[in-house]
Amino acid sequence: MDTSSPTKKLAHHAYEIRKAILEMTTIAGSGHLGGSLSSVDILTTLFFYVLNYSENPLQTIDNDRFILSCGHICPALYATLAETGYLKKEELLTLRQLNSRLQGHPSHTDLPIVETSSGSLGQGLSVALGKALALRLKREKGRVYCFMSDGEQEEGSVWEAAMAASHYCVNNLIAIVDRNNLQISGATENVIGLAPLGEKYRAFGWRVIEADGHNFASLINAFKEAREVKQRPSVIIAKTVLGKGVKSIENNYRWHGKVFNRQELKEALNDLGTKGTARSEK
Amino acid sequence: MREGFGKAMAELGQNIPEVVALTADLGESTRLSNFNKNFPERFFEVGVAEQNLIGIATGLALEGFIPFATSYATFLPGRCLDQIRISVCYNKANVKLVGSHGGLTTGPDGATHQMLEDIAIMRSLPNMAVVVPADEKQAYEATLALAHRKGPAYLRLSRERVKSIKRNSNFEFGKIEIITGGDDVAIFCCGTMVGEALTASNYLRREGINCAVINVHTIKPLDVEGVVRTARYVRGVVTAEDGQYRGGLGGAIAETLARYHPVPIRYIGMDDKFGESGQPQELMKKYKMTYLDIMHTALNVFRRTND
Repeated sequence: MDTSSPTKKLAHHAYEIRKAILEMTTIAGSGHLGGSLSSVDILTTLFFYVLNYSENPLQTIDNDRFILSCGHICPALYATLAETGYLKKEELLTLRQLNSRLQGHPSHTDLPIVETSSGSLGQGLSVALGKALALRLKREKGRVYCFMSDGEQEEGSVWEAAMAASHYCVNNLIAIVDRNNLQISGATENVIGLAPLGEKYRAFGWRVIEADGHNFASLINAFKEAREVKQRPSVIIAKTVLGKGVKSIENNYRWHGKVFNRQELKEALNDLGTKGTARSEK
Repeated sequence: MREGFGKAMAELGQNIPEVVALTADLGESTRLSNFNKNFPERFFEVGVAEQNLIGIATGLALEGFIPFATSYATFLPGRCLDQIRISVCYNKANVKLVGSHGGLTTGPDGATHQMLEDIAIMRSLPNMAVVVPADEKQAYEATLALAHRKGPAYLRLSRERVKSIKRNSNFEFGKIEIITGGDDVAIFCCGTMVGEALTASNYLRREGINCAVINVHTIKPLDVEGVVRTARYVRGVVTAEDGQYRGGLGGAIAETLARYHPVPIRYIGMDDKFGESGQPQELMKKYKMTYLDIMHTALNVFRRTND
């Protein structure tokens, strides 16, 4: 594969991550495929382009922090950490099994590379804000990135955190919303309307940046813009497609919490291979 | 009791740079004013938002700080159990949760503000320690002790000033405190009920009945060995707390003694009801949580009679 340009390199990583997600969830026999796949290009951009970290992505002076608030898409995080080399690829196949460090929803105590345990929606932004305030107190330069799903925005606690984050003027906090428009029961706008989501964050004092969540150039620009924001937190609302990369399940809410069986996996991997993943134009 | 906490926080602010304080619009009420005045950079007001309070405290703890997050017990843990369970306990985050205005003694504000279930709730959470000091001095000592002990903890304070208890030793986390010895009945108690139990034991002694008064300030982890050792010397046990005894201190003692040393046991505390508005003394009388009720119950358990 030609991986000469940055976006081509990212596309290659994203392909490997999607492949790993499909394989690990099929072997696990359960998990949340839809959101895991929609998040991949964002996580790829973060871990292979944006995040500043050295030996260990955690707890080193001036490192960035990454908080996964919507814990159910952890197959994507595990696969990304494996792609970066922080986890062994073999370990991915222990997902959701007894005694595995890769719990069905991420566990900080089992896998300390995960910054905080999550799984109950709406807690990550508050924890991320606490970390942002902590970094400021410690005079550290790192930023805190908090990844949330769009359905998660329905939790009231997200808005408690949103209000406090702008009050405390934390420009070292950058939130990302995976706006795939679907949640367990159907379209977000039918379940409980979120729109206009950007206006809501703006009203709460945030800088709002819109991005195409499957276009690396768009994501890179969005993160660049977010890092330049002064005196307030910023949120990147990334438009994505649930199940991105596997045509047969794209935009189908019934794949929020389902995985492929072994037969379907073959077809899905084929689909992934022929179609490629994110657009990688400049 | 809150004064003891406030004094300890002012000292901790001075001595431990990692200690930070947070509140949900109740900084004065939880006696954090001095901390705020002296260490404004390490004081965080989050507004009336207890879920966010816990999350921010968790983030600070995971970055190496020692946060004390305060509110009224009715809101903390009442409003933010999910955050406490997952962000604090599952992460083993070094967060100290402080719930003031615990129990019926909160008084005129009524049932909504009289937190009676906090001990039972917090005791059920893995990794969580539960401490209920008996007076101002013990609140002070317990606060210092919790700052030095790594791990999640809940400190329950009450609104009312209480008489200080005469004691021979300082607060020792995880150990029962023997206030008076006795070999007829053991009264296991905590918080504001320690004073009541002591009064009851003084009266009973005149009747020739010797009660051991045991202050169980650390309800979790419970000093199992100490509780069982005490129970071996007596004919019966009474527990006394300002809260629901099911799942509370009463539950903790019953679980332990049923396993290691079954003995007749009675409970003083809220009997599966809500409170109501009233003066603390009136409420304690109406809901049978005074020294007279402890005396009566201790006599019954001693004589093997039923109410």
